Parts: sequence; C-alpha cells; structure tokens
Amino acid sequence: MSSVADATQLKFRDPAAARALGAAIDKVTREIGRDPVSVMHVCGSHEQAIARFGLRAAFPPALEVIMGPGCPVCITDVPEVDEGVALARQGVRLATYGDMLRVPGSAGSLADARAAGAKVEVVYGISEAVELARQTDEEVVFFATGFETTAVATAAEILRGPPRNFSVLSAHKYIPPVMEIVAEMPGSRVEGFLAAGHAATITGWAVFEPFVERHHLPVVVAGFEPLDILAGLLRLVELIRDRTPRVENLYPRCVTREGNLAAQEQLWKVFRPLGGRWRGIAHVPNGNLRLQDRWSDLDARRRFQIDVKALWDFAPPSLLQQCICGEIMSGRESPISCALFGKECQPETPVGACMVSTEGTCRIWHQYGGHPQLGRVAAGAVR
Amino acid sequence: MCLGVPGKVVQVEGLVATVDFWGLRKQIRLDVVDAPVAPGDYVLNHVGFAIRRIPASEAEDTLALYAELLAREVPGDLMADDVRGELAATGRSER
Repeated sequence: MSSVADATQLKFRDPAAARALGAAIDKVTREIGRDPVSVMHVCGSHEQAIARFGLRAAFPPALEVIMGPGCPVCITDVPEVDEGVALARQGVRLATYGDMLRVPGSAGSLADARAAGAKVEVVYGISEAVELARQTDEEVVFFATGFETTAVATAAEILRGPPRNFSVLSAHKYIPPVMEIVAEMPGSRVEGFLAAGHAATITGWAVFEPFVERHHLPVVVAGFEPLDILAGLLRLVELIRDRTPRVENLYPRCVTREGNLAAQEQLWKVFRPLGGRWRGIAHVPNGNLRLQDRWSDLDARRRFQIDVKALWDFAPPSLLQQCICGEIMSGRESPISCALFGKECQPETPVGACMVSTEGTCRIWHQYGGHPQLGRVAAGAVR
Repeated sequence: MCLGVPGKVVQVEGLVATVDFWGLRKQIRLDVVDAPVAPGDYVLNHVGFAIRRIPASEAEDTLALYAELLAREVPGDLMADDVRGELAATGRSER
C-alpha cells in the first residue's frame, strides 16, 4: 500500500501524522537523489496554509516548494489596472475586490484614483456590485478579477440579467494554460505541480491530463488542510521518483474527474478564452477570460471608450522597474532575492502586486517572518 | 480568493439557500452548484455562490480547517482573513 493511502486514514489535525508525512516526503526526496527537487503550487491559499502552519519545516531541505502564479490579483497586468483606473477617472462607479485597490498601474492604483475623487467601491463579491447598481442610476462597472472559481460567479450574475446600468470589466484568468507556460520557460526546474483544490472543483481533474501528456510532469490535486497539502506533496514526489507522470486527485471530497458541469456550462456560455499578458510572467495563450460577443452590452470595454493613454503622461518613474514579481511567480526567484523586499516594498507601501494581495507570495512571506522556512511543525504549529 | 468556505444548508427557496456558517446564517446563490441541494446538505461557497455539494460523510473533514482558522482571532492571519472575507461575500444575514 502506498504511504499516501496510509496518510489519508490518519486524523487531519494530528501533529504526529504531519511528522510522519514529513518523514515520508524526506525519504522519497532522498530516493530521487537530486538537490533541489522543485515542485510548484499555483494557489495563494496553499501558500497561506504552508506559511501559517509552518509546513516548510516538515519539508526536506532538498525539496523546493515554489508558489507559482496562483494569486489572481498579482497577475492582473498593468494595462488591466490602467483600464480600471481610467474608467474610474472618467466618472463611472467602479466596484472591485479590496485586494485590487492598491495594485499599481502605470500611473497609480485605484486607491490613488479614489483619493483623487474617483468613485471606487470595495465589494466582497459581484452580487454586491449588482445590488449597488440597482440602487442608483449611475453606471456601475464591476472590475472582475479571479480565476475560474470566481469567474463562475460573474457568469451566473450575467446570466441572471443585471440592471442596465451595470457592466463588467473582466480581468478573470484561467489557470490551466499558465502551467504550460511555466513548464516551458527556459531554465524551469519545476518537476511537478500541486493543483489548487477549489479551482479544480470547477474544472475537474481531467483538465490537467493533456498537460501531463505534453510535458510528462505529474499533477496532484490537493486540498487546504495542512495534512492535505503534505499528502499531496508526498504523492507528487512519489510520482517524480517513479517517473510515472499522471494526474492524481487527493481531494476527492471536493474534486471529481469532470468537475462542476453546471458551473462550466455557465462559465463557457459567458466567457471565451483569449491570450493576454499575465503581469511579469508572459503572454499566456487562452489565459484570460473575456466576455463573449453576445454579452457586449454588459462588457465595459465595449460600452465605454477607455482612454488609458491619458494616464501615461502622468506616469512617474517608478521602483516598479526593479520589481521581480514575475520571476517570483514563475518560480525563478524567491522574495528574499528581491532587493526591494521588506525595504522599499512593504505591505503598507507595496511596489509590486505580490506584496499587495493577501495571496501574494511576498505579502505572505513578509507576514510570516520574511522567510517561512523556519516555522515549526512540532509545538502545535499543526494542530 | 482561491478558498471556498463550507456551510450547512438550512433552507432552500428556488436558487437561494440559507446556509449556517458556524452559527452565522447567510443567504447564498445556488445558480452554479453541481447537484441538487436540500436542507442538511453541506455546500462549499465562494464569493456568495455554492460551487459544490459536499457529501455529508465528508463534511467533518472539510470543516475542521475552518473551525481552526476561526477559533481565535490572530492579527495578521491572512488565511483566516480570507475566510472572513468569504463569509462577508455571502448574502444578507438572517436573524
């Protein structure tokens, strides 16, 4: 029986189980015999759990667990932020998630626009933005960010028929294509991927099969419990050791092979995939979700003339040029190799988007002591 | 923004369910859920929408993490903050 099968029998809140999984990961990593063995996860919530529960202390030194482009706010590109800022300055009411406020565009952020008098509202979800539109005659634009998990909510509201003064500026992203880009990057050391459980709840795990086929890299779908993550990593290093690249689902209580078909149907009724840049990373073919032509009435890009060029005259020379968010999100650098990290770039005064979002690598590392390798699994870090 | 939050369905009216999250009752939309939902079921919620019906036998395992995150308020707990944000994203509270 595989060690993972044993692990899933154990109680989830059990530090002894965490240590046992850590020991098994260590053993398998040694058997691989390379240093480092690099794997990537693509989810801010995974990084939060790894940092919060001190899981890196359970990883062997030779296992490098990198956070890839798993923070939807972070990979929202400068021109997309510019569109939001330009719209807000043009006088529409712009509603968006709180994390988006301080993400830098080429000439300031939405927070800057708000400080200058633009109407920028923080909402927790699209339904709140629709509600806002119902209460006013003003044009309300929802600046929609997030991966497929969040995009299905946007799709559902559009299909329900929002009021006439409501439209969507979509910066939604689709994860599967970016894994291809990261795997193909010159110098990429990534040998396997830990896929995010709740995005896969929508897409299903079979969506990763063509990727495995093309790149011969294993993909393991994992949940967010500390033991879910450790069990996922163990399975991943086992698949690397055995040279048996395939997709495995270690989160069956939320993820099925086909995923949520009702959600997918609505998602692809409203959106179409379109290539576009992810901040600091690359052009990602099919990585952006844009509204289909039949929803052009609800598409802020069609409804308004968005004049981003007007912003550029005001663009100050910026520390942004020194920001290495892109290298960090593609796994080539880590926050501690950035000259700005913890100095010019702090949560209160972020230079790059990775320090803005609570799901950004830099923000998480900064929050948990700069370099969260040092957490302890014993003494109740995993309870 | 990648993290859904589980809760127990108390009442269903059309495409709206009243869901209990650790004693807090909120309304959430059922437009995109993967299977028919009835009172007593658990659902995984994200930005105000149920995205998955969780089999009752597996709900306990799913709830444990969130119970831990919400048990104590620790300043700067980014993961717990995201969970609270998710709860805030659900519809109106019920008395």
